[in-house]
Amino acid sequence: MSRSAGEETGRNPVQPPPVFLERQSYRRRRLMDAARLLPLMGAALFAVPLLWPSEGAGTVRMSAAITYVFGVWAILIAVSALFGRATRQSGGHQIGQETER
Amino acid sequence: MTSLNVLVAVCMTYVILLFGVAFAADRLSSTGRTTWLRSPLVYTLSLSIYCTAWTFYGAVGYAARSGLEFVTIYLGPTLVMIGWWWGLRKLVRVGRSQRVTSIADLISSRYGKSNTLAVCVTLLAVIGVTPYIALQLQSITLSFDIFAEADPVSRPGEGSSAFWVAGGLAVFAILFGTRNLDANERHHGVVTAVAIEAVVKLVALLAVGIFVVWGIAGGLGDTLSRIDASEIGVWQVDHGRWATITFLAAAAFVCLPRMFQVMVVENDDERHLRTAAWAFPLYLMLMSLFVVPIAVVGLEIMPKGANPDMFVLTIPLAQGQETLAMLSFLGGFSSATSMVIVAAMALSTMVSNHIVMPIWLNAQGSGASVSGDVRSVVLYARRVSIAAVLALGYFYYRLSGGGAALASIGLIAFAGIAQILPALVGGLFWRGATRTGALVGLTVGFVLWLYTLLLPGMGAGVIAPSVMEDGLFGFSWLRPQALFGIDGLDPMVHSVMWSLSLNTAAFCIASLLSFPSPLERLQGAQFVNVFDHSAGPRGWTGSVAQSEDLMIMSQRIMGAREAQEFFHSEAVAQGSRAYLPEPNPAFLERLERELSGSVGAATAHAMIGQIVGGSSVSVEDLLAVADESAQLLEYSSRLEAKSAELSRTARKLREANEKLTQISLQKDAFLSQISHELRTPMTSIRAFSEILRDTDGLEPVEKTRYATIIHDEALRLTRLLDDLLDLSVLENGQVTLNMGQGRLVDILDRAVATALTGTDRALRVRRHRGAERIALRTDLDRLSQVFINLISNAQKYCDAADPELTITVHDVGGRIVVDLIDNGGGIPLDARKMVFEKFARVSAEKAGGAGLGLAICREIMQRLGGDVSYLSGQEGGAFRVSLPVGMEIAAQ
Repeated sequence: MSRSAGEETGRNPVQPPPVFLERQSYRRRRLMDAARLLPLMGAALFAVPLLWPSEGAGTVRMSAAITYVFGVWAILIAVSALFGRATRQSGGHQIGQETER
Repeated sequence: MTSLNVLVAVCMTYVILLFGVAFAADRLSSTGRTTWLRSPLVYTLSLSIYCTAWTFYGAVGYAARSGLEFVTIYLGPTLVMIGWWWGLRKLVRVGRSQRVTSIADLISSRYGKSNTLAVCVTLLAVIGVTPYIALQLQSITLSFDIFAEADPVSRPGEGSSAFWVAGGLAVFAILFGTRNLDANERHHGVVTAVAIEAVVKLVALLAVGIFVVWGIAGGLGDTLSRIDASEIGVWQVDHGRWATITFLAAAAFVCLPRMFQVMVVENDDERHLRTAAWAFPLYLMLMSLFVVPIAVVGLEIMPKGANPDMFVLTIPLAQGQETLAMLSFLGGFSSATSMVIVAAMALSTMVSNHIVMPIWLNAQGSGASVSGDVRSVVLYARRVSIAAVLALGYFYYRLSGGGAALASIGLIAFAGIAQILPALVGGLFWRGATRTGALVGLTVGFVLWLYTLLLPGMGAGVIAPSVMEDGLFGFSWLRPQALFGIDGLDPMVHSVMWSLSLNTAAFCIASLLSFPSPLERLQGAQFVNVFDHSAGPRGWTGSVAQSEDLMIMSQRIMGAREAQEFFHSEAVAQGSRAYLPEPNPAFLERLERELSGSVGAATAHAMIGQIVGGSSVSVEDLLAVADESAQLLEYSSRLEAKSAELSRTARKLREANEKLTQISLQKDAFLSQISHELRTPMTSIRAFSEILRDTDGLEPVEKTRYATIIHDEALRLTRLLDDLLDLSVLENGQVTLNMGQGRLVDILDRAVATALTGTDRALRVRRHRGAERIALRTDLDRLSQVFINLISNAQKYCDAADPELTITVHDVGGRIVVDLIDNGGGIPLDARKMVFEKFARVSAEKAGGAGLGLAICREIMQRLGGDVSYLSGQEGGAFRVSLPVGMEIAAQ
């Protein structure tokens, strides 16, 4: 509604944002890009075991397979948590209002 | 040995604890103190209903059978959660802004609120989830049986535990899932109970795992070497299944009704996703961390033929760890119950909203307008639906006999539910997706899933062996597990590949070919561009701030004083000392009613929704707003047209009135004039005839003179009456025209001669005889009468000292016009309009005739097809006679 448009601009006149913020929001957007790429990377890494030979000489031991799968899993979780923290800290409360771009 | 009674007692205590927790959480949320209930942690834990008894018991069995493949069921959801920025965020935002109550509701509202589609999704969900519920009942029964076998004292009747469990779960779901019809469909009690169960099952599984690794296998290194030495010690996996099940699990994670319920419907704050994005994968990883060790150790130490699905329970029992076994049992119990409760709630919402309510409303006709009425019916329908869903699960369990391996039923259900995925993803990301497309895609996918996976999976006898071998109707390309002749695939991979790819293809093609309704297109835009339409997630802002916003808005609509009075009286009615009332539903409803008086119901609803709801305006609201404004617009434009018409009429009336007044004045003037005109000759006639009668001895000369006077006056009277008669004949159209041929110059000659005969004042007439040689065919006498009249008028009224009349003839726009212009003062401006009216005179003192001459002229000319008019802009009085078309003869 027109309520916000008229009133808000009336109360706080628009001020040009400080320059360093632009760099920050640019960083934040690139972080989001990276966060978006994470599941693709995860899918690729989880597909790697499909390349291992399942019979013959070069078979992989189960313990190694478990280590690999759970290792990748743990790394994904850690990176995802880091991204979550990073975007939250740099974005503050505005992060959710960020439209997709 | 733990007796079964102890187990039942522990179980009951646990259930009572859950009831208490759910009850307390509901109480807390109803008093508004819900800060920790709304924490991201509770949200993450509630997502764990993804891990059912199938995970708790079945994963170990799955690992014992197929090695590491079980992990794909958790990798899919992990990828979905980590990629929340791609899809889940949008799904949750759409769910919140459209206030959806279930996945069926979401699909239906995306595709133009189609109830057909909602019914389809509901049926698909019921068919897909019922076996899943049966699976949970089976796992609880199995775990009871394991304790019962170990306890020689009591043996419960076969399957009776399943009945009691189903009944108990129904009571729990009904008590806490249908307490109220919250607008947002959130159930804090259930969610909190589910979160606690999530902790219990994680702790239980981790405890068993730690016991197995460090208590039995002797440490991490030893465990790994035991794994390598076991029968699943070599990496061996079906590539197709690995990829397919990962994808399937990811799809089901989004589409399963119970997951949708906790992930979207029960979501309090979109930002919780950010935490769940890593915390939930962590939960999944911890749940599957010890699965392989437990499976390997179980295979090693348990007797041959032991059910690997129950290793989690049987290993601690076999090792004499009864407390651990009890904990493990509670873990499994928690997994099963939480899933069943949420699934039953989600399904009951769908069934009651999309199947029961439409039928009930139809049956009621229009009698269901009382809102309280419907509320109680909805609640009742939900309770019955929950009971029905659980009964369905129970009967499925009884009928199926509970024999099949747990995991296969789970995967079959996943594949069925995943058929919703194309419609869901298409609806969220593609504006061109249509209702028809979604319906066709769903149907194709559902039928293929039924034919290639569910029916063959239900065991022999459901599909005849001949069909399995040779295909439907003997077409070999219709074999359920080798469609289109593609043989040798794993049945699961085969079914998922065909059903989902053909589902997607049908969805896309039908969407491209069909045309969506306006509502569908609007909803499509709302869904796909949800981030442009809805505000970001609001934190929990103070309620008074909302009241303030409402106040600001209401002042503009209702007027400042009225709004302040209204708010104040509401605050007083609420018993608060504050100036602003709490924005509770009753107040909002009254405010909306108040506002709708000014701006229309839909607009008021949308405005309040904007401020209070935290949800964007629905398309229906917008359509209603548009309707209202269109109506207003039409109404005002109609008013405008009416008022324009009225003012036009008024102007005409004014003009007519003016004319009438003038005419009436003229008539009065004429009457006095005519009586004067008649009276003057009559007076002299009477006087002279009296003289003739009464005076004796008159000289003959005198007699003759008096008689002549009488005769002249009588002639004058006759002329006046002739004129009047002439005019009335002309006006009534009774005149007959004597058409003849002549030249204009001759007519003018005669007219000038006649008009100027016997006049005392000389009038010089200037003519250009050359231009007047025009042959005419008309009533020559009448035409000359017009000219005579005009010339004698000039002679009478021209006030110049040396009166002069100029007669010119020329061609104006193809017509011959004759202008008669004198050098006098002309006719005053205000009299020009009236000169051709009857009885009109320029001024009383110049009275000569009865004022009929020009009126007669105009009548004659109009009869002849021409016209006579006053020519303004000349120096003196000027008349223009337009000769009628065709009056002149071209050849001279």
